[in-house]
Amino acid sequence: MISLYHYLTLGAVLFSIAMAGFFLNRKNVIVLLMCVEMMLLAVNMNFVAFSRYLDDMAGQVFVFFILTVAAAEAAIGLAILVVLFRNRASINVEDMDSMKG
Amino acid sequence: MPISPEALIFYPAAAMLICAALAVIMVRNPVHAALSLVVCFFASAVLWMLLEAEFLGIALVLVYVGAVMVLFLFVVMMLDINVAVLREGFVRRAPFAALAAIIMTGLLVWAVWFERLGLPEFAKPALRPEGYSNTTEIGKVMYTEYVYPFEIASVILLVGIVAAIALTLRRRGGTKHQDPAQQVKVRREDRIRLVKVEAEKNH
Repeated sequence: MISLYHYLTLGAVLFSIAMAGFFLNRKNVIVLLMCVEMMLLAVNMNFVAFSRYLDDMAGQVFVFFILTVAAAEAAIGLAILVVLFRNRASINVEDMDSMKG
Repeated sequence: MPISPEALIFYPAAAMLICAALAVIMVRNPVHAALSLVVCFFASAVLWMLLEAEFLGIALVLVYVGAVMVLFLFVVMMLDINVAVLREGFVRRAPFAALAAIIMTGLLVWAVWFERLGLPEFAKPALRPEGYSNTTEIGKVMYTEYVYPFEIASVILLVGIVAAIALTLRRRGGTKHQDPAQQVKVRREDRIRLVKVEAEKNH
């Protein structure tokens, strides 16, 4: 019997794996962007599961909006990455220190 | 205990999702990471179908696998990345990453599985009747109650398009290209000069 808690646990595990990805790939911006996508996927999984078990369509509408915003975010993020690579010839996070932050 | 058909789909899809997610963060080659993420999205689409969110399952495959991940692959292949430099310190950071992931998972699983989020038990909902359309139901809500956020989402996508093009567009020097405005603007007087040549005298 698959309950709501199975889906929530799966979402939690997926989110934690994505978070571990941030620790592991601290230098590679592309993999960091992929980890952000995975976190959003984990959140969407929770939304869809709650939508089903509470029998409320609003959850699925929210997932739709999250997908929209995530697509726009990926497009702009990758565009910034391409411009960055053109100027710096590197996607290493540690090279991005010209603002001395 | 007989295995329900639902569990027969859920557990393999969940295992595939978790293995693919681990591959995304562990593999050396970013192209392989992107392809693993594609597997992740497919497994999620299966689970969403199981949750009777058919429209979103298809949207996930079309939008993410069809558009976003292709974009990722394009960028990964276009950039000439030195993976060795980016992998420095990977093994050194691995224990911290594993520890953080285990703590995070433990807390979330404890909250979900044992505390039940402090909410009463959710009953298993009944299966949808035959002829029920998930897409129609989403449409009914989205175009009435959420029509204003829907418009904003379209504006966000427009901003995304404009920003992506504006950021990456560049004029290379030294290329020979036509300027249609200049071509249209040109007039007869600019190109042709009629010269009155004196006739030569015959000897």
